[in-house]
Amino acid sequence: MTAEPLIQLEGITKTFGNGAAAFQALKGIDLTIERGDFVAIMGPSGSGKSTTMNILGCLDVPTGGVFRFRGVEVQKLDRDQRSLLRRRYLGFVFQGFNLLARTTALENVELPLLYRGENKTQRRESALRALDQVGLVPWASHSPSELSGGQQQRVAIARALVTQPDVLLADEPTGNLDSERSVEIMLLLQRLNGEGITVLMVTHEEEMAAYAKTIVRFRDGQVERIEHSATALAQASGPA
Amino acid sequence: MFGSTLLLALREIRRHILRSILTTLGIIIGVAAVVTMVTLGNGVTASVQEEISSLGASNFIVFPVRTDRGTIRPFDEADVRAVGQQIAGVTIAAGNVAANATAFYNGQDWDTRVQGVSNAFLEAQSISIEEGRPFSADEEQAGKNVCLLGLKVRDAIFLPGTSPVGARMRLGGVSCTVIGVMEERGQGGNGADDDDTVYLPIKNVQRRFRGNDNLDFFVVKYDTAYAASAIQDSLVDLLRERRLLQDGAPNDFNVIDTAQVNQALGAVTGALTAMVAVIASISLLVGGIGIMNIMLVSVTERTREIGIRLAIGALAREVRLQFLTEAVVLCALGGLAGIALGFGASIGLAAVIDVPFVFDPMINIVSFVFAAGMGIVFGYYPASRASKLDPIDALRHE
Repeated sequence: MTAEPLIQLEGITKTFGNGAAAFQALKGIDLTIERGDFVAIMGPSGSGKSTTMNILGCLDVPTGGVFRFRGVEVQKLDRDQRSLLRRRYLGFVFQGFNLLARTTALENVELPLLYRGENKTQRRESALRALDQVGLVPWASHSPSELSGGQQQRVAIARALVTQPDVLLADEPTGNLDSERSVEIMLLLQRLNGEGITVLMVTHEEEMAAYAKTIVRFRDGQVERIEHSATALAQASGPA
Repeated sequence: MFGSTLLLALREIRRHILRSILTTLGIIIGVAAVVTMVTLGNGVTASVQEEISSLGASNFIVFPVRTDRGTIRPFDEADVRAVGQQIAGVTIAAGNVAANATAFYNGQDWDTRVQGVSNAFLEAQSISIEEGRPFSADEEQAGKNVCLLGLKVRDAIFLPGTSPVGARMRLGGVSCTVIGVMEERGQGGNGADDDDTVYLPIKNVQRRFRGNDNLDFFVVKYDTAYAASAIQDSLVDLLRERRLLQDGAPNDFNVIDTAQVNQALGAVTGALTAMVAVIASISLLVGGIGIMNIMLVSVTERTREIGIRLAIGALAREVRLQFLTEAVVLCALGGLAGIALGFGASIGLAAVIDVPFVFDPMINIVSFVFAAGMGIVFGYYPASRASKLDPIDALRHE
């Protein structure tokens, strides 16, 4: 098990539409992501980074190629099987936060546990622990509209963390935040990565990508370049 | 899991409380209509059955009808005697003749109906005496000036708390002695108020109020050991013979079997109930479409929420269950409100149309289950649509 990479993409293609209107968003992606990595996926709009992220998040299936997650060929799974995979191993953070309105921070964080069939006490306990990880326990009973953007994103991260996933997928997590809040979020992601969670992040900001260990650059539906960030290397060599 | 789904459904319904109420109005009205109509129908049936049983369960009512030539040939006491004596199984045959008159006593007057009857008639009709005594044989034979009062007549002309028995009162131009008061009867089968009447011996009414020997109708009570149809056949044969009707000539009289009337009434009530059920079904159908519509709106409004739920690992069936639960809870609440409304309406209307309120637990349970079932039927399509949303599109939905 451990010898096997966490995520393996082999010759992944994705085509939207049919016939003349068909558009090939991914033209054969090969990518391997090891456990514990912090990957930033970068590239201009239309380069295929979001499509790749959707496939990595098991929200979408590739048109061709093989996607192995923990050795399982995800492209062969049906909708509900992919839901179960997301439920057990993945946590999502979105650009637009995507919290349930008129629902408290605590309840938002509890939501994934509801689908795991955990009882109320377990849910509450785990949710509070996740909120504690992002420093928002005092805000547990506030609804999203009463929280700042940065706080909302931290609630979203807590929601992604609460199931103790293998992978945290963050799609432009700082896209709706000012630079100060963005840095806070990135430091948080970095800390969580340090605690063992693999982080996959799509971003178009170089400053944010600099917090990652690995940067994968996309262009025209293909991987253009894979590079290792200086910060990441610095971090890897010892505590900053 | 189910508990929290239920809680969530209640929360969503409360969040749009006005919309929820307006949406379920169709269900509420449909259920209320069914509950009210069936409850009132039961009340009417009960009151009619009580009425008919007061006529005597095994009774025929015989009265003359207009012939093609436009004449009516009334019956008389000789016919009644013949029926009583010549037909096996007949226990009572008793005539009735009525007239309108004004009752006077001590300066009070009251317009009422006088009926010429015998003790046998009162027995056949299960009319009992509350106070006083029945007619004596002598009084019946001679048609003496004695009378039995209905409750309303007593209350109209006698002082409260005083007994009219023994008093001499006047009925139109006839003076008579009150010998008794009848028990309360209520509305009669023919629409007349059986409490607003005065009973006199037949001969008295014939002589002093009608001026002839005719009867309006007579009742025949029979032993239930005999077949009703056999008795009815003998009755018709005997009367045709006595009236010298030739073969092939139609009967110039009618024989009504109260047991058959009972059955016919049951059939009518059943038909009415079926009609109400159809109307209510249409109302419920319209209500159900309303539910479906609002659930579709709700799914569209909450597309993003559905996307979030799917992304964090909700299964299609879990999303479907959530929306289905919401629809069922909405309909079930509508059903409960409808039952409450129907309950109140039937109590009120039963009082207004003067029938007993007969609570029928079955119709309430059936209505409730049916309403909740509407939630499943009309909530399924929206719920299934929600469960089939693509999480990526749903998350992008604004």
